[in-house]
Amino acid sequence: MTTHYLILSGLLFAIGAMGVLIRRNAIVVFMCVELMLNACNLAFVTFSRQVGNLEGQIIAFFVMVVAAAEVVVGLAIIVTIFRTRRSASVDDANLLKY
Amino acid sequence: MESQIAEIAQHTGGVIGLSWLMIAFPLVGAFVLLVFGRFTNRWGHLLGVAMSLASFAVAVLGFFELIGFGEEERRRAVHLYEFIPGMVDMGLLIDPLSISFALLITGVGSLIHIYSIGYMSHDEHRRRFFAYLNLFVAAMLLLVLADNYVGLFIGWEGVGLASYLLIGFWQFKPSAAVAAKKAFVVNRVGDFGLLVGMFVIWTTFGTLTFQGLGEQITPGTENGTMLAIGLLLLLGACGKSAQLPLQSWLLDAMEGPTPVSALIHAATMVTAGVYLVVRSGAFFFPEGSGAALAVAVVGAATLLAGAIIGCAKDDIKKGLAGSTMSQIGYMMLGAGLGPAGYAFAIGHLITHGFFKADLFLGAGSVMHGMNDEVDMRKYGGLRKFMPVTFATFFIGYLAIIGFPLLSGYFTKDGIIETAVHHQPILGWLAVLGAGITGFYMSRMVFMTFFGQKRWADDAHPHESPSVMTVPLMVLSLGALGLGAYLVLSNRLMLFLAPAVGRPEELPAFHFTSTPGLATLALVAVGAAFAWMRYGRAEVPSVQPRGSFLTTFARRDLYGDALNESLFMRPGQWLTRIAVFFDNRGIDGLVNGLAAGIGGSSGRLRRIQTGFARTYALSILIGAALLTGALLLVGNI
Repeated sequence: MTTHYLILSGLLFAIGAMGVLIRRNAIVVFMCVELMLNACNLAFVTFSRQVGNLEGQIIAFFVMVVAAAEVVVGLAIIVTIFRTRRSASVDDANLLKY
Repeated sequence: MESQIAEIAQHTGGVIGLSWLMIAFPLVGAFVLLVFGRFTNRWGHLLGVAMSLASFAVAVLGFFELIGFGEEERRRAVHLYEFIPGMVDMGLLIDPLSISFALLITGVGSLIHIYSIGYMSHDEHRRRFFAYLNLFVAAMLLLVLADNYVGLFIGWEGVGLASYLLIGFWQFKPSAAVAAKKAFVVNRVGDFGLLVGMFVIWTTFGTLTFQGLGEQITPGTENGTMLAIGLLLLLGACGKSAQLPLQSWLLDAMEGPTPVSALIHAATMVTAGVYLVVRSGAFFFPEGSGAALAVAVVGAATLLAGAIIGCAKDDIKKGLAGSTMSQIGYMMLGAGLGPAGYAFAIGHLITHGFFKADLFLGAGSVMHGMNDEVDMRKYGGLRKFMPVTFATFFIGYLAIIGFPLLSGYFTKDGIIETAVHHQPILGWLAVLGAGITGFYMSRMVFMTFFGQKRWADDAHPHESPSVMTVPLMVLSLGALGLGAYLVLSNRLMLFLAPAVGRPEELPAFHFTSTPGLATLALVAVGAAFAWMRYGRAEVPSVQPRGSFLTTFARRDLYGDALNESLFMRPGQWLTRIAVFFDNRGIDGLVNGLAAGIGGSSGRLRRIQTGFARTYALSILIGAALLTGALLLVGNI
């Protein structure tokens, strides 16, 4: 009964993961991360429904809070990088290496 | 066989009870001069002399108190304090043997202190010189006065230290610094023998005092342990007394100031080995034992080696050093003959202390007047310019070659006759050595005081000040008459008997014995030969090449070469191997390990590319692998 929700969640997660790996634009990568988080949320809610208690839903709320905080910090970083480097490509920001 | 050595009696009070003052006076002098440094510059030398004279006064008073006792009570032990609880009580033993040494050390020592005031007057470090001299006197007195081997050993090391400091007194001269180091290192070999000997004594008898040993050892016992102890002590004696095979340091030790050569390397310190043998004689060197024979053989070999070296040296002090070796060889020979020889060995030691100090100080006086020139080929005809030095040197010379009725005649002849009686071969070698002595000492006198002038252009020989010549005169008086006083009617032998025992039959001095006459004849031949070569004939002022034998003697019988090839070179190889192993082996291992870790981590860090997406991929792969693994083991 809930299988379809789980399949959708898996699909969304896979799309998000592939987006993170393939895309260069930091905004898109960021959106893909959000997609993965929401895929997880969907899975939590689905399992909550399946098991019959509320814990999964509570955790979904926590994930949303964390995601909101992440958006604040992440977007700020992206904007700063864009201002200094005139580019939002994640491959251009590669100074922190060996 | 010999009469029993007297028991040691405990003693309190009197001058003997205060005999520690003998050691304390010069020790305080050294302390004040060293600690207060340049504040004492103006009067430091006077303090040094005063302390030495104070010791001498105590020794003289102690001597008179000692002869006040009956013969059987003339060994007095003075307990000082507990040194190592349960093991060593520090105490002094005042007996005829130790008081004889104390008188010689403080008496001759004081004269040399006085002489040094003049000799070192131009040296800006004269105060330090006197501090070391005082230190030496204190250590030497501790050596001879201690009533146990530990105290003796402390003094033994103390004189070694003083000797090191004084040989290297002019340490700005590389040769002096090297000579000091050499003396110290060679002496360590001997000290090792003495130390191990003490260990064996302690483990065998459980005591290190002379009294304790006297109670435990029945005179004349001989077994393997005793022989081992005897040989170990002999090794110690060889190191300190420059006997074969540890003789090589003494010739180089002449780099020190001349009063040092006179006091330490002729009159007193180098005779410490003889003292050790005689003091241990009743325990470990009984008459006729293997250890005593070894002592006599070492003595005979050294007396010949020293005499041969003395023949070829042009440096007046090195010539005298060879002669010192040779004379101490005589004493060792005497000390290896049992109680019959002890008295003559000690007698020769005392008279030698006088005439050799006289000769050395005379040589110093000559150098003082000749701008510190030591090469006898640059002397010649000095007797008119230094009459007092010449007269005193000549008396010392007659004494050492054994001219009839002078000191050396009685004491050396005593040793030779006793040796011929007990060990004929060694005895006749000693006769031969006396002949060679006649040659090299005559050569020295002829080259220095007779013949034509061969001086350097800027030399203006002059007589030394009276502060130097008066000690010379006093010493030459000792060289004149002391031997006759000590030997005739066996005065010294009877005096020493409570300490070292005495032979059953007292020897009578024969003026016309076969060995005595043979000695005189050989000495005359040697002196005549020296006159032909160095007195009458012209002495070249540049050293001629000389025969193979001359080179042999000039190179100290290749003693240094032997030491170098046997010990120094292998030692250097060993260090080189150790350095190589350290550099390549140990360092290679440690450095290689570090380089390996550094290299691999250098390669490993290339993984950190800086591309965020690469990291994301590795996180994904990791998560996938982890999930797969968990699925595989079925925990989900």
